[in-house]
Amino acid sequence: MTSFMLTDTTASKISSQLTHLRHQLGSPAVGMVLTLVVVCDEGSQYDAVRAATEAAREHPSRILVVITRDETEPNRLDAELRVGESTPGEVILLRLYGELTRHADSVVSPLLLTDTPVVAWWPKESPEVPAEDPVGALAQRRIVDARAATPSVRAIASRARSYVPGDTDLAWTRLTPWRSLLAAAFDQPVGKVRKGVVEASPDHSSAPLLAAWLGERLGVPVKVAESGGPGLTTVKLTTAEGDIVITRSDARLATLSRPGQPDRQVALTRRPTAELLAEELRRLDPDEVYEAAVRRVARTSKS
Amino acid sequence: MAEQEQPTRPEETVAAASAAAVTGTTEEVVAANPLRDPRDKRLPRVAGPCVLVLFGVTGDLARKKLLPAIYDLANRGLLPPGFSLVGFARRDWADQDFAKLTYDAVKQHARTPFREEVWRQLSEGIFFCPGEFTDDGAFDALAMMLKEIDETRGTGGNYGFYLSVPPRFFPVVVEQLKRTDLAHGPAGAWRRVVIEKPFGHDLKSAHELNAITSAVFPESSVFRIDHYLGKETVQNVMALRFANNLFEPIWNRGYVDHVQITMAEDIGIGGRAGYYDGIGAARDVIQNHLLQLLALVAMEDPTSFDADSLRREKEKVLKAVQLPQDLSLSTARGRYAAGWQGGEPVVGYTEEEGIPADSITETYAAIKLEIANRRWAGVPFYLRTGKRLGRRTTEVAVVFQKAPHLPFSKDDTEILGHNALVIRVQPDEGITVRFGSKVPGTAMEVRDVSMDFAYGESFMESSPEAYERLLLDVLIGDPPLFPHQREVELSWKILDPIEEFWASQGPPEDYPAGSWGPASADEMMARDGRVWRRL
Repeated sequence: MTSFMLTDTTASKISSQLTHLRHQLGSPAVGMVLTLVVVCDEGSQYDAVRAATEAAREHPSRILVVITRDETEPNRLDAELRVGESTPGEVILLRLYGELTRHADSVVSPLLLTDTPVVAWWPKESPEVPAEDPVGALAQRRIVDARAATPSVRAIASRARSYVPGDTDLAWTRLTPWRSLLAAAFDQPVGKVRKGVVEASPDHSSAPLLAAWLGERLGVPVKVAESGGPGLTTVKLTTAEGDIVITRSDARLATLSRPGQPDRQVALTRRPTAELLAEELRRLDPDEVYEAAVRRVARTSKS
Repeated sequence: MAEQEQPTRPEETVAAASAAAVTGTTEEVVAANPLRDPRDKRLPRVAGPCVLVLFGVTGDLARKKLLPAIYDLANRGLLPPGFSLVGFARRDWADQDFAKLTYDAVKQHARTPFREEVWRQLSEGIFFCPGEFTDDGAFDALAMMLKEIDETRGTGGNYGFYLSVPPRFFPVVVEQLKRTDLAHGPAGAWRRVVIEKPFGHDLKSAHELNAITSAVFPESSVFRIDHYLGKETVQNVMALRFANNLFEPIWNRGYVDHVQITMAEDIGIGGRAGYYDGIGAARDVIQNHLLQLLALVAMEDPTSFDADSLRREKEKVLKAVQLPQDLSLSTARGRYAAGWQGGEPVVGYTEEEGIPADSITETYAAIKLEIANRRWAGVPFYLRTGKRLGRRTTEVAVVFQKAPHLPFSKDDTEILGHNALVIRVQPDEGITVRFGSKVPGTAMEVRDVSMDFAYGESFMESSPEAYERLLLDVLIGDPPLFPHQREVELSWKILDPIEEFWASQGPPEDYPAGSWGPASADEMMARDGRVWRRL
């Protein structure tokens, strides 16, 4: 990996330095499929870059990391460029000082890859309305994470208000294995579901989403209850013939039980952020199913 | 919008779900399952509850490809809860012994990282049935075992039979499946049989082989595995051609000069002498892999990507394939002689263990084909394959004509070749475009440059194995990527006259191991004023 530091710089200097580095490495052609803009602070930067870099193995990307520094300092832009072996695409860490912290888009916009999708990701705090955020407005896909907010459940309940097609939340992405398992269970005939309950550790942002999705699809009330965790622990759907239950107490191996059939074990591991991110980058079209779920969460949390 | 989101009435759901019962995630199931929604693209296609019965568990293919692929599918959450795997072989083994073999195979060859919980899920459903193929008792025991698995694991009578055994055992295995009534499930359950190449060694034997399976299984339940078709790049051929407007307008005789389809291997025949001698490179590779690649590259656009439409287009183009008049001028064959391959001395074909000295089997084959239709008339398709060549590579190169007029002086474009679009199938999957570019400087010098594109590998460093995709398709019952018997027969019709001609020509021409094939192959191209791409 080649790393290069630029202090007190501009977007155009970064851009030409990047071209220069590519030529130096002897691979002037770019085969990248998207630009990923990561908006975070110095504390969360390391993990976010790591996850983004790993996801870039599947989706070769230019990764722009926007790090907000001290607002009271004089205006300054520092950049760190990483290209080469361990990074499949390019990583550019941008550190913004002073008034520039409020104009990140002016730095990001000239550094986007031409005419390819832009994805914005806020691994920690996210703006009230991501689509109206200056950086968010540049992106087709905006990824936030309700788990990083406190309280998480309130954050997920507020998503409907700010929803614009292209928004998505990692709290939803974390549910894919659960939803997949539930859907597989319903590939076999299942009697009429009367009600359901989702149990998870307190203030778990994915639990109300899962309950809302099930409620929306099955047309029945699905409640959220608290359990000792870790994470999601139980989904129980009550039918005339008995209960369909998925339980997972160790965050790794789940048991599926359904009426008239033996219990079966299914691996249901929590996935690292890199995998969640890679799943998000696979589809860049609006997620209507997510939209329906957050709208239902908003409706049910009001009443 | 609001109406769409309304879930189906539960009564209907139950009825429809029972009707579609236990297939995988096919369209009917999506329609019947309230939790599935075509807009919900995150949910993967998951196989329905089922048992996979594997015949020939101790073979190389099972250990290196199939068992690891099953684990990788489980690891990606694509196998249903309750999925069970039954091994059948002539070993005095218990379930644990087969589980141990699977465990070792997974540990050694799986693509995705080993996870204890995935293994626990999988190992719960591993069973072994000892016996010989001719032993009625063993198959009765198998039938009983499967029934029991249905009860204890909820697999609903859905069985896939994977015949990872030499074709000479097909008749007896298929007959046993028929006798024990395993070939036909009760209503709502499926039975499928998976077979591997070779699908015969000529048209006649392909007929006979098909007669064996089709007497017991309907064509729709027979899945012929050509693992090339499970590769991402091969499927990408269709995306490249039919999702873009950039290539299709020039994808015809107006712009294409010729097409080269190559599968080169650096290895020799290894331990496969018994199978390989008498078969040779053309039957082993051209009949299936290369002609399938040709079909995908040359076919017209299918009306949809369902199995029927896709196979129809492939058949049409295979039917249009014509052999040149004089086979002595438009085919070449060779046999590797001792030489140096990649820095190591290797023996020649006839010195390999188990190969008779008077063998006339070829290890290199090159043929020229034409396609008699409006799109391709006059555009030759050159197919070549060989063992012990310079290196391992498989690609399809569409070579374009030279520009009709070059407004440069002759010297400026002296080293400018043909434009080419290359689909790299293995080992480095991707696409290469070759075009002319000005050499920087004051002179107008134009030369060829290559531009590569590779979509990233997936997380685990390598993209899903072809077998993962194909096994999943078998369990779901999704057949587009499996050649139909008609395609198999059409391919033999193309190859049979060539094989007949070769059989009368004595031993093939030797080429040194590690080279790019016999001189006659280069001469064949030279006669047309062309050259093989240097790989």
